[in-house]
Amino acid sequence: MRLAGESGEGVISSGDILTTGAARAGYWALTFRTYPAEIKGGPCMYQVRIGVESVLSQGDSVDLLVCFNQEAFDLHHHELACDGHLVCDAESVRVTPEYESRSSEVALGAIAQESGGNRRGKNMVSVGLVCGLLGVDTARIEEMILKRYAHKGDVGESNIRSLRAGFEHARDHLPEGAHRLDAPRATNDDRVLVSGNQAICLGALHAGLRYYAGYPITPASDILEWLAARLPRFGGVAIQTEDEIAALASVLGASYAGKKAMTATSGPGLSLMAELVGLAGMAEIPAVIVDAQRSGPSTGMPTKTEQSDLNHALYAGHGEAPRVVMAPTSVDDCFHIMVDAFNAAEKYQVPVIVLSDQSLSHRLETIARPDPSSREVDARVTRSGAQANGSYQRYLIRDDGISPMAVPGGPGAYVSTGIEHDEAGHPRYEPELHTAMMAKRFRKLDPLAAHEGRITTSGPARADVGILGWGSTEGAAIEAARICLDRGLKVATCYPRVLAPLPVERIREWAQGMTRIVVPELNVTSQFARLVRSDVGIEVESVTKATGLPFATTQIADFITDGTSPGDDHGVWGPGQEGEAVVG
Amino acid sequence: MADELKLKANALKSGLKPIWCPGCGDFGVLASAYRAFAELDLDPDNTVIVSGIGCSSRFPGFVATYGFHGVHGRALPTAMGVKLANPDLNVIAVGGDGDGFAIGGGHFPHAARRNVDITYIIMNNQTYGLTKGQVSPTSLHDQKSPSTPFGNLEEPMNVLATAIAADCSYVAQGASFRAKELTELIVEGIRHPGFSFIDAFSPCTAFNNTTQEWKEAVEVLPAEHDSSSRPAAFAAALTDPMGIGIYYRSERPTLDGRVRAMQDASPAGSVEDLIDGFSIVPREPAAAR
Repeated sequence: MRLAGESGEGVISSGDILTTGAARAGYWALTFRTYPAEIKGGPCMYQVRIGVESVLSQGDSVDLLVCFNQEAFDLHHHELACDGHLVCDAESVRVTPEYESRSSEVALGAIAQESGGNRRGKNMVSVGLVCGLLGVDTARIEEMILKRYAHKGDVGESNIRSLRAGFEHARDHLPEGAHRLDAPRATNDDRVLVSGNQAICLGALHAGLRYYAGYPITPASDILEWLAARLPRFGGVAIQTEDEIAALASVLGASYAGKKAMTATSGPGLSLMAELVGLAGMAEIPAVIVDAQRSGPSTGMPTKTEQSDLNHALYAGHGEAPRVVMAPTSVDDCFHIMVDAFNAAEKYQVPVIVLSDQSLSHRLETIARPDPSSREVDARVTRSGAQANGSYQRYLIRDDGISPMAVPGGPGAYVSTGIEHDEAGHPRYEPELHTAMMAKRFRKLDPLAAHEGRITTSGPARADVGILGWGSTEGAAIEAARICLDRGLKVATCYPRVLAPLPVERIREWAQGMTRIVVPELNVTSQFARLVRSDVGIEVESVTKATGLPFATTQIADFITDGTSPGDDHGVWGPGQEGEAVVG
Repeated sequence: MADELKLKANALKSGLKPIWCPGCGDFGVLASAYRAFAELDLDPDNTVIVSGIGCSSRFPGFVATYGFHGVHGRALPTAMGVKLANPDLNVIAVGGDGDGFAIGGGHFPHAARRNVDITYIIMNNQTYGLTKGQVSPTSLHDQKSPSTPFGNLEEPMNVLATAIAADCSYVAQGASFRAKELTELIVEGIRHPGFSFIDAFSPCTAFNNTTQEWKEAVEVLPAEHDSSSRPAAFAAALTDPMGIGIYYRSERPTLDGRVRAMQDASPAGSVEDLIDGFSIVPREPAAAR
């Protein structure tokens, strides 16, 4: 279902309340929001997909659409499913004739005024209406409202009256619905409702993060804010630096001094960090860099999603510096990818770039409660562990390419440096030395590609078609594979988490016997498809779009079964908004 | 006593031979630094020298402490990260005028206003030595160089006034050829709790040999200069930019001190509790259960 209206009208808070209420009632939920880059005004929408079974993606067309104003109707009516239902504010929306048979006009403001004494309660009326139509009990939502407005006099009570009035209106006046949900299954599951960015923070803290530095940027700012409030409890700190260059420079300083350190940014910030990514590779300093990708290039569309920083992450910086690139595929995976990322950074003494994106970072999802105790945390090889005696050489060349790292404050003083160096860290330019050092710096990552990096696969054995993807498209790909199966085609999926170094052998093995490999990604230039062609050496079909919005499940399925291109998303997620964007 | 100090200073040499040209001022700054570190009895294993890129940024390689020779212009944020990660370390940032005030100029005022407890020594030669003599942000008007064949069209930056404007809590100026004073300024700077900035005249004999004129021009700040007064320091920086001594010094809380206080005031956190905070069934934290 989708709520649509003007930014600042309560659309987002209504959606949050509805999502949390449904989750607490025992349903699985996954949200999808779009909003303008401006602080106030402009159209926004909040979509939540609620299910008795776990929900993997944003889905496709909308079953229940609530429009607060005419613009919302104009922008979103295309996306209503054929059997979907439309609820409009009777006071401000005129629906076009073709929707009359499947729409209900409700005087939201009047009901709010009558029940709660305030027309502004119309968002609560709408939440009640949706609950009534879906058959979701409002008890949990009432508890939340009371808690949220506990210190605001009778606002809570008035909101609850509006909520109930909406619920009753749906029950008494709206069509008994095709959209009623079954009762949630009673389970003892331990579930949490978190956003991608929150899961990133939780995973990082479990992995041992103690120093964070960042510069505000959409859609990564909430990582800085969330950690700033919590890192001090762990003896750590989050610093807002003067720019992204300072952020990564200080992260490298902190990591060199022995703390697990990270920064988070979006594409423009990663551009500024490029030179320091090279330093971290050359000087072999562990660091984690989260890039919550947004629509580019340049300022682009700061609040819209895209997967267009893959090449940037793979190659950022001059020369050839080793790095690891990883991409989480779901909110649950955001937790795990951060443990993977810190483990790889520390173990291999490299920068690790984690590619999330706006749709994943900002969506709320119900997931099984992450179990930190199931995830082991690695530490770097330090001097004390390996070379306590004898003369210490920071860049000692060993078979595995990993050199024990001394920590300032203890014995083993050395100079960490971006200039080519011998094993002692002294500047040297001899051809054979440079050759040996380059080889060592890349060799150490071999185990990651060979067996360590996680890969998830799904679908039937002996599939005809394979979907090979990366990052946040996995949920839609798995659902698309199921749609294809209904259409009579066996489709499997494969999502490697480590994109550099790419697990080439394991991808080749998975692809064996398939007649077609399809690579879906949210960009224009088929970045991953090209990487697969060149490195894995298999032919793939690329399905791309860069509209600022995620794939609908049917877009991937239709490409596979009918060869239809996703197009510009008109009628899928709705057109974008006009207006001058500010740098977010 | 003096011999013991000399021994200590010698022990701080890394064994690498500096790559600087004969007569380069950086030798003098390095000698004063050895001497200052020896006087302060700095533990090499507990000391980190951070630099960027340039002739003078090779400095960490010549000292037997920990060192971080990073990226051009980024010594200060790197040093901040080191200090905040381990506030018990002595952290000293070094570099040239181009590294600190051109490419890295954006970081200087922030390091100063944050008042991280680090010491920053600039070896100021008013030129780009490593790239063979182009002008720098401190080069004089009309200075001829490969990049200013008709003379420098720009005016030099007053780094002392800039530091005072940014509320740097220790602002001093020395010279490579005035070892005694420079050693003292470095000692005082490292002792100073907060961000201490020392601008050291350090002539480039290869591309901008100002050795003789600087020797004649520098003069110890008058005894009556009130280094505790910010307006007086500002006035001295504007009217007497060739002075040697402490222009400004005042103590105020450091960022690392405030971070530590914030950490000490925070109850211990647990990841399990944070995860429980997102539970669809609201829970009390473990401590309250």
